[in-house]
Amino acid sequence: MRFDTPATTNPIDQLRVIGKPHDRIDGPLKTTGNATYAYEQHAAAPNAAYGFILGAGIAKGTIKSIDLDEARRAPGTLEIITYENAGPLGFAPFIPRTAALAGPRVTHYHQAIALVVAETFEQARDAASHIRITYSEEAGRYDLAAQYDTAPIAPDYILGPSEMRINDFDGAFASAPFQLDETYTTPPESHAMMEPQATTAVWEGDQLICWTSTQGIAVALGDLAAVTGIPPENIRVVSPFIGGGFGSKSFNHADISLAAIAARMVGRPVKVAMQRPLVINNTTHRPATIQRIKLGANADGKITAIGHEALFGNVENGWQESAIVPTRHLYAGANRMTLARMATLDLPEGSTMRAPCEAAGMMALEIAMDEMAEKLGMDPVEFRIVNDTQVSPDHPERPFSLRKLNECFRLGADRFGWQDRPSRPRAVQEDGWYIGMGTAAAIRGALAFPSAARVRLASDGIVTVECDMTDIGTGTYTVLAQTAAEMMGVDIDQVAVSLGDSNLPATAGSGGQYGCASSTGAVYAACVKLRELVAETLGFPGGEAIFEGGMVRHGETSLPLAIAAANGELAAEDLMEYGDLFQTFDQQTFGAHFVKVAVNSATAEVRVRSMLMVCAAGRILNPKTARSQVIGGMTMGLGGALMEELVVDKNRGFFVNHDLASYEVPVHADIPHQEVVFLDEVDPYTSPLKAKGVGELGISGVAAAIANAIYNATGVRVRQYPMTLEKYLSELPQI
Amino acid sequence: MRPFSYQRATSAAEALRLASELPGARFIAGGTNLLDLMKLSIERPSHLIDINRIGLDRIEDTPEGGLRIGALVRNTDLASHKRVRKEYAVLTKAVVAGASGQIRNKASTAGNLLQRTRCPYFYNTDQPCNKRNPGSGCSAIGGFSRSLAIIGASDTCIATQPSDMAVALRLLDAIIEIERQDGSGRTIPIADLYKAPGTSPDVETTLAAGELITAVVLPPPSGGKHFYHKVRDRASYAFALVSVAVIVHDNGSGKVALGGVAPKPWRLETADAALPLGAEAATATLLASATPTHENAYKIPLVERTLGSILSQARS
Repeated sequence: MRFDTPATTNPIDQLRVIGKPHDRIDGPLKTTGNATYAYEQHAAAPNAAYGFILGAGIAKGTIKSIDLDEARRAPGTLEIITYENAGPLGFAPFIPRTAALAGPRVTHYHQAIALVVAETFEQARDAASHIRITYSEEAGRYDLAAQYDTAPIAPDYILGPSEMRINDFDGAFASAPFQLDETYTTPPESHAMMEPQATTAVWEGDQLICWTSTQGIAVALGDLAAVTGIPPENIRVVSPFIGGGFGSKSFNHADISLAAIAARMVGRPVKVAMQRPLVINNTTHRPATIQRIKLGANADGKITAIGHEALFGNVENGWQESAIVPTRHLYAGANRMTLARMATLDLPEGSTMRAPCEAAGMMALEIAMDEMAEKLGMDPVEFRIVNDTQVSPDHPERPFSLRKLNECFRLGADRFGWQDRPSRPRAVQEDGWYIGMGTAAAIRGALAFPSAARVRLASDGIVTVECDMTDIGTGTYTVLAQTAAEMMGVDIDQVAVSLGDSNLPATAGSGGQYGCASSTGAVYAACVKLRELVAETLGFPGGEAIFEGGMVRHGETSLPLAIAAANGELAAEDLMEYGDLFQTFDQQTFGAHFVKVAVNSATAEVRVRSMLMVCAAGRILNPKTARSQVIGGMTMGLGGALMEELVVDKNRGFFVNHDLASYEVPVHADIPHQEVVFLDEVDPYTSPLKAKGVGELGISGVAAAIANAIYNATGVRVRQYPMTLEKYLSELPQI
Repeated sequence: MRPFSYQRATSAAEALRLASELPGARFIAGGTNLLDLMKLSIERPSHLIDINRIGLDRIEDTPEGGLRIGALVRNTDLASHKRVRKEYAVLTKAVVAGASGQIRNKASTAGNLLQRTRCPYFYNTDQPCNKRNPGSGCSAIGGFSRSLAIIGASDTCIATQPSDMAVALRLLDAIIEIERQDGSGRTIPIADLYKAPGTSPDVETTLAAGELITAVVLPPPSGGKHFYHKVRDRASYAFALVSVAVIVHDNGSGKVALGGVAPKPWRLETADAALPLGAEAATATLLASATPTHENAYKIPLVERTLGSILSQARS
C-alpha cells in the first residue's frame, strides 16, 4: 500500500480498541520474569560460553604488543579474540565509524581490544585481567570548548544543510529594539538504559543466529554482515524483548560481531554483554554542544531575527548532534540564520540519543525564549504564542500538517495554574525554599518509514501479527495488537503478536519516535489485504464487508470471522510505503511543559514539585502506553536538567563517571507528580491511523522548563547544563 | 574477580584464628562494597572469612548509660533502634541518608566504617591511583575532582571517606572496640580510626593486620537537637557532596562534623567552640586549612550555608 494522499475515514476511526488505555499485552511476561532477553536464551542456546570484552586502557595510540599467555592459561579460557586472529572486519555503512575491534590503532578509550571466551563469566573476566598490553600513546583532542574558535562548518548531513540564511539576519538582529545574544552548553549524556548491549550467538552449520538487544532488526542484520563479512542470507537476528535503548541500540556495537566470530571459533554458543563501564566508553553517547542563540524582537514581542549556531564534536564523519534543527521548525521570524559546526574529537563515538538534535537544541533555545520574554516584559507563554507559525518558518511554502502548539500552551497554562507564577524572580519563599515556575515548548519530528507486516487468521479466529518490529519498552506489542483488533473487528485478546525476528517482514524498527506510526501503518496495510481475502473467501463482494464483534457482516448476512479460515489459515502481507506528504507538509509533534520547582535557599538543592505536559501528537493509539512514554521522556529530561553529565577527563580522554553510581540519573525521590494531557486530534497527513509518535516528544524542552523555573525561583540564570548547585550557589543571597 | 576460597566462621575467635592462618584473607560481612571491588579486581583477597554468623549483632545498653553496637548490627537495625532514634537521632538520620533500603539491610556497622572511597579513579583500574596501586600517581589531582576532598588530603590522594554513619559516630565521640588474634582487645576513639593519607593513601585505618572490629560504643547521650543534612546531586542514593552533622544545645553550644570533604569524618573540637558564634566562624575554623581544587572549592561556601541553615532551624 502506498500512503500518498491524506487519510480519509477508515476502520481505525471506529475507535473500539484503538485509543483505549489497554494494559501491555507483554506485561505479565515481564513482571513474572518470563520475557527472555538477549543474554537469557538458555533454552535456545544451551551451554553457551561467556565472552568478556577487554577495553583499551588508552584513548588514542597504537598497540605495541599483546601478551595473552597468562590469560590463555587461566582456568576456563576457551579462546581469546584480538585483531591478530579475528580476521578482517569491515564497517557498518553509517554508525559506528569506529572499529568494533581495535588494533593496531586504538581510536578511543575502552574500544574493544580482546574478547575472552571462557566457561563462566567470572573466568572470562579474570582471564581478561591477565592480558598484558603495551601501547604507544598519543595526545588526543578531548575538549570541545578548545575548538570553539576553530571548528569548521559541519559537512552537509541527512539533517539538512549545515548553514541556512533567510533574508537579512545580521541586519535585522542589529536593528532589533530588543536583542538577546547568549551561549549555552549541554554536556555529553549516556543513554543509561537498564539492559546493556548484549548478544547470544549460535551457529547451526553455516547459519548464524544472534539474539541481540537491538532497536532495529534489519539494520542489525545488515550491519553485522557488513562488519563480519558473513553473508546476510546466512544470518538471523532475533530480539523479542529489549530493556531500553534510547538510541543506543539503533546501531550495532562490538558485542554482536565479536559474539558471532567467537561462536564460530569455539564451536558453541557464545554470549557477550557490555559491562556497564563499556556501555559508557565503548558504545555511544549523546555528544556535547555549545550553542549561541541570537534573538531580535520588536516591542510587541514579534521575533524579527532568530539565529542559532551549534558546535558539536564527534569522530570524523560521525553523527552530527545538530542542535539547530528545532529552530528551523519552531518559531516565526522573517530573518533567520542556523549554522552547525563540527569539531573532530578522539573521545568515544557520539550517536543518537532520545530526540537527537531536538533535545539538546531545545535545552538552549527554550532558555533563550524565556530570557527574551523577560527582556520584553512579556509572559513567557504569551511570547511563544505571539510567535507561532502555521507554516514551516524556513520554508513558508510548506504548511504544517497540524500544529496546535498554542492550544497546548493555553490549556497547559490553565491546568497548571500558570497565572499564579510570580512575574518577578525570587519572589516566593516557603520554609527555606525558593519557589518558581517555568515553561517551555516541545517539538519533535513525526516521521514514518516504509514497513511491512503479515497478518494471519487461524481457524480458531486468532489473528496473528508478524513483523520484525521491536518493542523497546514502548508498548509496540500492545498498539500493534490494538491495530489488528480494530481492523479485523475482534477483541484484543484474540490477537497474538510476534516481533523482533529477521524471518518476519521488515519494518523500520524503533527510533526517532517513528516506530509507532511506521509499524501500525504496516499492520493496517496487511489487515486491509486480509479483510479483502476474508471477504472473498466468505463470498462477500469486496470493500463492503463490516468486521465487528468477531463477525463479518455483509448486507443481511453475518458470519463468524473464523469461518473464513475453516479450510485453512488465511495470511496477508503488505509493505506500507509513503509518498511525499512529509515533504509537502512539515510533520511535527508539539507540546508545552509546565514545571514548578523548589530551590533550597541555603544549599541550592533543587526539588521539582510538579510537572505537566500537554501534547499535540496526532491520534493517541493507547493513552496508557503513550503516557508512559511521555513521563519517561520528562524524567530523562529532568535528569538532563539537574544531574546527568558524562564528565570528560581532558587529560586522558575518557568519560570518568562510567557506572550508574557516578553517572546519576533521577531516582524516584526526584520525580514529583507528573501529569500528561493529550490534545484530542488526528493528523490525516501522517499515516492511515492519523497517528504520530510520542517516544521522544516528552524530553524535548523539559530541561529548559526546569531551568526557567529555577530562574523564576532564584533569579539566577544558569546556561550550562546540568544545573548542579555549584553553578549558582554563590549567587544566592546570604542566609 | 580473582579466584578465592571461602570459609564461614562461627565466632570472633575463630575468625581471627583463620585470619592468622590465611595470609591475604579478608573478612566479609554484608559485602556491599567488598564484592563490588572484587569484581573489579580492586580488592583481590585470596580468601574470604565470612563473619556473618559470629554473633556481635546486638545493640546493648552499657553500664555507663550508652550503647554498645555489635559490629554485625545491620544499618537498618541500627537506624531503627528505639534508643538510637530517640537519644542519638543524628546517627539514625545519617544512616538513612546513605545507600538504599536494600543495601542498609545487608550492610554491617563495622563494614560501613571500613567502606572504601568512591573516587571514580579508584574504581578505574586503567588509571593511576595511589590508593589502589601505590606509587602510580593520582589521576584525580588535575582530573575530575568535583566530589573529592578539600581538607586533610595530601598531594598523593584527595579521596574522601564516603560513610554517612561515620560522620555521626565521630560527632557522638564513639569508641571502637577491637579484638586481636591473641584474644586481647583494645579500644580507640573513632577519631583515631582513620589515618591521614600522607604518602601512603592505600593504608586507610590504624587497624593492624588480623584485627577485627567487634563493637562501636556510644557514650551516654548528650541531649540537644540533632541534625544531619546531606547535600547531593539527586534526592536519594547518592554520595554526599558535603554533609553536616550537628548537635546543638539550647544555650547555643554544640558540636559539628562534616562528611564528603576529607579522607575521614571531619571534626575539629576548636570549631565546636566556635559554633555559638555562628556558621561563618565555625566553618572558618573547621576548614581553615582547606586546599580545594577549582572544581570543589564550592564545598566551602556549601558547608557554611548548610551549617547556617541548620543553626537557624535549631534556633526556631
